[in-house]
Amino acid sequence: MLDTTSRPLLEIAGLEAWYGESHILHGVDFNVRQGEVVTLLGRNGAGKTTTLKSIMGMVGKRKGSVRFEGHETIAMASDKIARLGVALCPEERGIFASLDVKENLMLPPQVKPGGLPVEQIFELFPNLKERLSSQGTKLSGGEQQMLAIGRILRTGATLLMLDEPTEGLAPVIIQQIGHTIRKLKAQGFTILLVEQNFRFASTVADRYYVMEHGQIIDSFANSELEANMDKLHEYLGV
Amino acid sequence: MMIPLLNIPTQALFGQLLLGLINGAFYALLSLGLAVIFGMLNIVNFAHGALYMVGAFVAYFLLNLGGLGYWWALLLAPIIVGLAGVIIERTMLQRLSGLDHLYGLLLTFGLALIIQGVFQNYFGSSGLPYEIPDLLKGGKNLGFMYLPNYRGWVVVFSLIVCFATWFAIEKTRLGAYLRAATENPTLVRAFGINVPLMITLTYGFGVGLAALAGVLSAPINQVRPLMGAEFIIVVFAVVVIGGMGSIMGSIVTGFMLGVIEGLTKVFYPEASNTVVFVIMAIVLLIKPAGLFGRTA
Repeated sequence: MLDTTSRPLLEIAGLEAWYGESHILHGVDFNVRQGEVVTLLGRNGAGKTTTLKSIMGMVGKRKGSVRFEGHETIAMASDKIARLGVALCPEERGIFASLDVKENLMLPPQVKPGGLPVEQIFELFPNLKERLSSQGTKLSGGEQQMLAIGRILRTGATLLMLDEPTEGLAPVIIQQIGHTIRKLKAQGFTILLVEQNFRFASTVADRYYVMEHGQIIDSFANSELEANMDKLHEYLGV
Repeated sequence: MMIPLLNIPTQALFGQLLLGLINGAFYALLSLGLAVIFGMLNIVNFAHGALYMVGAFVAYFLLNLGGLGYWWALLLAPIIVGLAGVIIERTMLQRLSGLDHLYGLLLTFGLALIIQGVFQNYFGSSGLPYEIPDLLKGGKNLGFMYLPNYRGWVVVFSLIVCFATWFAIEKTRLGAYLRAATENPTLVRAFGINVPLMITLTYGFGVGLAALAGVLSAPINQVRPLMGAEFIIVVFAVVVIGGMGSIMGSIVTGFMLGVIEGLTKVFYPEASNTVVFVIMAIVLLIKPAGLFGRTA
């Protein structure tokens, strides 16, 4: 049972973000509580990825408030935010070509105690263990996704942000990733997920926020998903 | 004993080969620093030759003003010039991050002219003597050639420094951070690594290597304000032939071109000044990314 009364792990209020001159986020408000899996839904270009990058401090200019565990992070550099226990698995996966699989996996430094031991990561993703000395970008798309998720599990980060982890992957790999997310949730990780595929999201999420034009326009719990299906189809244009 | 080989005395052949190896050692140390800086900062560091010269002058000052000899200079000059590099990076180069290569190239070219101009103003163009340390004076007769101890030391020490740098970058965790940050600094920073600090230290380390080469060179080539300006063009050719940003490429190409230059002096002396550029043109035509470069 989720504790809905406790102070949220992540609180976002009036978040605005820019890439150069382009104003992308126009006042985003939402929160994520400890141990929840929250999914951001929305069409391409709605601002979902920019929201994750803004939380991580990776966009040029930000305004508003992003509080993690009560710390205001809006003026912090991304390395300081990561050190608080926030980790991002980016949409493009970000596997480094000049590093082998083991180096990619071990790259992010430990920011807090409580990260998964490498053996446990190999239990979740056995493929990685067999490919440790391969060049990172020689892996299949699914294996790269496993590596991108696996490497942030080591760090001890308590908030994991996964940007479209199922994009372009085979159904069997999507199932494996769904299984992993449920397992991580059971272990107490808090997960903020960006997904276009709400059928996949419905197998893991507790709550949803819908984004359009750089703002949150709707939100509902997983139990309300069926009742919101028509609206959702309209929002997502599917 | 002299055995003629293709009508060339072996003494001359090996003598030039050794000279080539020594020049190669300097090419490798300098191009290694350039490669590290280019890989990490995306800056073509035209100030490299000037900082190599400053390294030699620091050795000269340490000896004549502070009474600290060669071995102290070998330790202190890279640190002092490295710190100067840190200041240059923090106060100037950092402002150019994200801009076109050309800005960094122009800034460092301007810095090189200013630094060289200042030293030339005070010390003229002729060389200041710097003695070989007592421990490395003299030489050994190897039978086929005479090997001055100091020159042997330069080759061996440079090889050790080059391979230690290669090892640190290719085989350690810190090196993995550097390689990853070369590809995607934003993401590496989002993993909690202080990339701007790493960039500053990398620049300091790269120019520290140049200063080290300057100290090594002082007893052989004397200490001269333009010693770097003469060298740097060849070093850039080495970097281009090896592949911009490639660590191993810089080391192997540095030594290889030194030796080729030396051998050209034996077999066809007229071409010895141009052979490196001829090789560069051929490599650029056949493999534009350089011998060890990953992409064009």
